[in-house]
Amino acid sequence: MEAVNQTTGTRLSKRLRRQRAGRIWGNIFAIAVFTFIYIPIAMMVLFSFNDQRTNYYWNGFTFEWYKYLFTESDLWGYLVVSLIVAVASVILSLAVGVLGAMGLMRFEFKLKKLISNSLYIPIVIPEVVLGISLLMLFEVAHFPLGYWSMILAHTTFCIPFVVIIMRGRMAGMDMSVEEASMDLGANRITTFFKITLPMLVPGILSSAFMSFTLSIDDVIITNFVTGPYATTLPIKILSMVKVGLKPEVNAMTTVMVVVLILGILANSVVQAMLKKRASANKKTYF
Amino acid sequence: MRRMKNAPAAATAGPVSIWMIIFVMAPMIYVFVISFMTRDPYGGIEAKFTFENYTEMLQPLYLKVILKSFKLAFYTTVICLLVGYPMAYWIASKKPSTAAKMLMLVMIPYWTSSLVRLYSANLLAMPNGFLNTALLKLHIISEPLNLLYSDTMVLMGLLITCLPFSVLPLYSSIEKLDKSLIEASKDLGARPVQTFFKVIVPQTMPGIVGCIILVFIPALGMYYVPDVMGGGKVMLIGTLVKNQFLVTKNWPFGASMAILLILITLAILWIYTRFNKLEDLEVV
Amino acid sequence: MSEPIVKIQHVDKYFGENHVIKDLNLEIEEGEFLTLLGPSGCGKTTILRMVAGFEDATNGIIEVQGERVEDKEAYERDVNTVFQSYALFPHMTVYDNIAYGLVVKKVPKDEIKERVKEMLELVQLMGFEGRRPDAMSGGQKQRVAIARALINNPKVLLLDEPLGALDLQLRKQMQIELKRLQQKLNITFVYVTHDQEEAMTMSDRIAVMKDGIIEHLATPREIYAKPRTKFVASFIGESNIFSGHVTEIEDGIATVETKFGKGRMPAEDFKVGDVAHLCIRPEVLQYSKEPVDGFSISGQVKNMIFVGSVHRTLIGMDEEYDARINRVKYDTAYNEGDTLYLHWEMEDVTGIHGQEDEIDA
Repeated sequence: MEAVNQTTGTRLSKRLRRQRAGRIWGNIFAIAVFTFIYIPIAMMVLFSFNDQRTNYYWNGFTFEWYKYLFTESDLWGYLVVSLIVAVASVILSLAVGVLGAMGLMRFEFKLKKLISNSLYIPIVIPEVVLGISLLMLFEVAHFPLGYWSMILAHTTFCIPFVVIIMRGRMAGMDMSVEEASMDLGANRITTFFKITLPMLVPGILSSAFMSFTLSIDDVIITNFVTGPYATTLPIKILSMVKVGLKPEVNAMTTVMVVVLILGILANSVVQAMLKKRASANKKTYF
Repeated sequence: MRRMKNAPAAATAGPVSIWMIIFVMAPMIYVFVISFMTRDPYGGIEAKFTFENYTEMLQPLYLKVILKSFKLAFYTTVICLLVGYPMAYWIASKKPSTAAKMLMLVMIPYWTSSLVRLYSANLLAMPNGFLNTALLKLHIISEPLNLLYSDTMVLMGLLITCLPFSVLPLYSSIEKLDKSLIEASKDLGARPVQTFFKVIVPQTMPGIVGCIILVFIPALGMYYVPDVMGGGKVMLIGTLVKNQFLVTKNWPFGASMAILLILITLAILWIYTRFNKLEDLEVV
Repeated sequence: MSEPIVKIQHVDKYFGENHVIKDLNLEIEEGEFLTLLGPSGCGKTTILRMVAGFEDATNGIIEVQGERVEDKEAYERDVNTVFQSYALFPHMTVYDNIAYGLVVKKVPKDEIKERVKEMLELVQLMGFEGRRPDAMSGGQKQRVAIARALINNPKVLLLDEPLGALDLQLRKQMQIELKRLQQKLNITFVYVTHDQEEAMTMSDRIAVMKDGIIEHLATPREIYAKPRTKFVASFIGESNIFSGHVTEIEDGIATVETKFGKGRMPAEDFKVGDVAHLCIRPEVLQYSKEPVDGFSISGQVKNMIFVGSVHRTLIGMDEEYDARINRVKYDTAYNEGDTLYLHWEMEDVTGIHGQEDEIDA
């Protein structure tokens, strides 16, 4: 609530009334948008409790599907594949991307402009194009489709995000501390591990998170490079969609959303604790 | 000596350069070359130069698909901008800690299986689904609306998928906006609408184009959205491309349509780089 | 005297719990150059922003040209601002920046052209109209910002530390130019700065602010010669301040007992027992090797520094406080470590009423 100007009387000025109306309309609008993007999720959660073999209409409430999910369901196998692919791609894309961001920031070389611009290709072109081109590459190279083809494909679309995020973070950092480190006698390698890397940790974490979420939910590209023996959860779901999703899938996805939200909450709690600890450093030195 | 001096550059920029050349540039060039080749009767490729893959796109059947794709992608982009921009502005007007929470709220759906979300939205629109039941009970309609597997549902699907991540680039450019420019504009007598179009929009162009790139271009290629929402009745460019590779095995024709998509992307980027730097583009 | 052009009556401003402007009253006359001077956080910029329409007063009334402004948006007010960061539109040329105020009012193109040309001439930037702000120096950007604000013929021009980002030389040059501009156009300038020299150079009147309150509002000469509070005395120019209680009044002369010794000043309205700050400028503070009648303030010569225009001698009074003496010529009569007695003429000292808690501060 705004304080009312005692001198000009109890009425709010036109400006303040206009500002307040603007805020109210803004909030109404935001609630409407949130409703639109959350309705599908609400439906998804609701139908995970649906007492029917295939989700077409609401048939009554049951916990059956959660019981089924945690006892008999074969969805976990696909989730494991998704996780293996995601973790491997995150590690690979971080290794290539973090180094790459440093290289592209600091050094001048012949192909720099070309490489730098080519990073935007996987981000801006439609995923389907990247998918078919990788499929062609693997076919031409007689590279078998399976775990590795998926990992290489996912790494390819994660690297640009890692490089761009890291480059953004590095640009906002005072890198003269590296020079200071070398001035004090540390070599390049020591400087990288003792100074550069610790400074880059926040950027690396957000790159890792970004890459992980991109990888774990990818449908379009994975569909082209998935193999006959191992496939990811989204591709399994894609094949099920055509015949109608079982509530089991809703239950699985609901569990994943809950885990995601718990993760976000845990992260914010840890961040707050770290901040508190940093501001109250009681370590004694002498 | 020279080699030693170049070692740090090679060690850092080397892997990423090699990766981009092998996994991005080489395949793209290959797609380009294939698009001028001929398909052999067994689904393979014959090294015979032809323009046929491009002229075939002009057939009414394909032209219709291409035009419909453009139409739907265009609507999606316009709605995402019209909804995403005020949304991003609203978030940016909050204090930083609240804004971070609101952004999280926007992003949670984005991190949730898009297929399951799409399917769930379909359930809502079923003839005996909640939407029709509610409208019937309220006597707004007398018989169930036939929403399922229509262009409208495909558009809804594209919105459900694209809206969350259209907010991000807009938010980062609005958040970067120098607030004193808005004050200067007001101070000089510009009404809110004038300030918006003359100062705020030009200053947030990197976010707006970022949003267009993140929405318009993927919307052309997201084949699973028409698959789920259109029930196979609605076809978009992405579906066509996918089918040439996974179903009918006509790689050269699929490649030519991929090249069309690349050209559209390059055109949008080219227009953008006339006025702004590529590095400023908000896509992350 | 005619009606003031800006009238601020009993204005309070809170940011949350933070009381940044405290029951402030200020009348600004038409055509004057008024400076709000004070350290950062004193509320001077907030006043400017309330007049411009970027902030609302929590309490009180602001009038411009006799009209209350609380219902008017910033774009409806006949005042214009020169921003601290210039706030030039980066996507527009110099021409478009300057023309902006007229373009949004839908003034005919020919007239805009004419006016922009006038403005470019006024700020001596002819030939720069096609440039973009990022291709210009700080001083040039500043001129564009001024031209852009003046094209609307504002009744009042508000300037928020406009020269803060410029180097010393350019700042001095711009100060003179700004003053000339103001006299030529006869527009009211309200100028915010923390630089007291800048305020002295340009202003008709200065309002010295601290913690949301105007401590002293007067001409630069008056403020320098007769500061009304201890803060004003220490903020404006250099001052030696000795604080203590009035112990004796005789023949219109008051004796003040400070912790460094006794000093004297004209009694004026002081009474025995009052807290008084003796304020003496370094250039008129006198010294001798023997105490002078009525004075017993003394200290050791600590340091002699040549600061360009003057020789400065620092006299250590105690661990914390140094008195300063400024002289054009170097005095060879004393050395570091010598004890000196300080005194002054009665016309050179200003007595300032104070509070008990200010004596040691």
